[in-house]
Amino acid sequence: MTGHLASIGRVWLRNAWVYRDRWFYGLLPNFFEPVFYLLGLGLGVGYYVSTGGAFDGSYLSFIIPGLIAVSAMNGASFETTYNVFVKLHFGRIYDATIATPVGIEDVTIGEALWAVTRAVIYGGVFLLVTLAFGTTLDARFFAVIPALALVGFAFAALGLAFTSVVPTIDLFSYYFTLFLTPSFLFSDVFFPVAESFPPALATFASYTPLYRSVQLVRGIMQGDAPTLFLDIAYLTLFGSILLAFAVWRMRARMVR
Amino acid sequence: MTVRSAGTRPVVEARGLTKRYGSFTAVDGVSFDVQPGEVLGLLGPNGAGKSTTMRMLYQVTPPTSGELTMFGMQSGREARSIKGKLGVVPQIDNLDEELNVRDNLRLTARFHGASPSKAREKADELLRFAELEGKAKVEVRALSGGMKRRLTLARGLVADPELVILDEPTTGLDPQVRITLWNKMEELKAGGATLLMSTHYMDEAERLCDRLLIMDQGRIVAEGTPRDLIRASLPAFVLESRVRDGADAPFEKLANGVEHHLVRSGERVHVFVEDGAAALAYVLGEGVDANRTFVRPSSLEDLFLHLTGHGLRE
Repeated sequence: MTGHLASIGRVWLRNAWVYRDRWFYGLLPNFFEPVFYLLGLGLGVGYYVSTGGAFDGSYLSFIIPGLIAVSAMNGASFETTYNVFVKLHFGRIYDATIATPVGIEDVTIGEALWAVTRAVIYGGVFLLVTLAFGTTLDARFFAVIPALALVGFAFAALGLAFTSVVPTIDLFSYYFTLFLTPSFLFSDVFFPVAESFPPALATFASYTPLYRSVQLVRGIMQGDAPTLFLDIAYLTLFGSILLAFAVWRMRARMVR
Repeated sequence: MTVRSAGTRPVVEARGLTKRYGSFTAVDGVSFDVQPGEVLGLLGPNGAGKSTTMRMLYQVTPPTSGELTMFGMQSGREARSIKGKLGVVPQIDNLDEELNVRDNLRLTARFHGASPSKAREKADELLRFAELEGKAKVEVRALSGGMKRRLTLARGLVADPELVILDEPTTGLDPQVRITLWNKMEELKAGGATLLMSTHYMDEAERLCDRLLIMDQGRIVAEGTPRDLIRASLPAFVLESRVRDGADAPFEKLANGVEHHLVRSGERVHVFVEDGAAALAYVLGEGVDANRTFVRPSSLEDLFLHLTGHGLRE
């Protein structure tokens, strides 16, 4: 077991080494993206949005937690889709890795762990930027960070599960356009789904991973989290099942 | 270079090792040992089962049936410990293009459990071995093909392996790069390393291997030292000629006098003979064009053709 933990850590380390040389360029857009979203949607659209809905306070403060969760989702998703696919098929670096004592299960879990790290960095930067838009620096602020790790875990596992079965890189556009984009739009980030959608659709939306992620982050940031345990249990279970699936498919792909 | 010696027990004991993919049998019941300190060559054409055999040895292809013991440990069950004693040099360079030369070595050392300081030490030692000290901080993608190959070979040595598995280490390389690589492998051999290499190059097999397994269609068809293999099956020399208009009567007559038949391929004819000089004198006396005729020692290529009925590059 210690062998596995050390191996997982070293797969993570490889990614950290690559990131070490590039973080500055990678991180810069991470600062601008939230600024644009918060200015354009929070202040711009928010100006026109009447506060007649169920949420109190400004539209800006409504969308901030959702956008932070989305940021973590995107970080984990890019890492486990395009980046892992390239390492798997073009670089073939996993072939070299599994010829060492590191196994394919260590590779898969190590990649998930790295994606969690990226999710925390992405979401954390967004969180930091929101300080300039009215978020207060208190205990709730810091409690968001482990929540970002959990959101990252769920989407890392989902991304790896998808990557472990797709034959070509072109199929990722389906993942992003047909799954992540609707998730982004219909998971309570911009409007309360339960108030706007027919009940059946709203119920469906409430079972999607981003919806639960948004509830988790918003609950923590607003200090009122009625579904906290449900959100944590859902994301943990969702991530664990899909990660197990990804390990199984990666093994079938690499060990043959 | 440090390469561990593994005592006297065979480092590999394969018995009836078989790999099937659906109805296709890639490796068909091969049995062999690899002795410590020897350089064993797997010789055969593409598709003979060499790579699959090697993949089973380095624990990334589970055998369909058969028994495989490595370093006295059971293959599969003790995969992690077995891989810890191996160095693998794959056929296609799969270096990490996002890391520099030195970090490729450092990372592989870390994968083998080395501490950060030990990994740095090992990387620097291997940079010297691969003659890449000046390229330590260079991105892998900026290396020439020969440099990449040397780095891949060096990477296979980070664990001080008890067995180094090399899958067609010089396929597709320029002649001068092949010679450099052969020198490096001879350096390892002189240091007492145990090497298992596959190749479809005769010159490479004759130069480097102490013993050969000749594979064809998933089976081992012959086994022995390069010289013994040839001597056991073939006369010492080949008389070869390019004849005009099927004028091969002198060769027919020569072949009738020795055990082996005349072999034709296109306008080339050849006859296996024990006494090359006498055979040459005979056909020249019969009026054969001396500029188109020569005698050479029998080679592994001839042996392969003799054993399998087809050439090595097919």
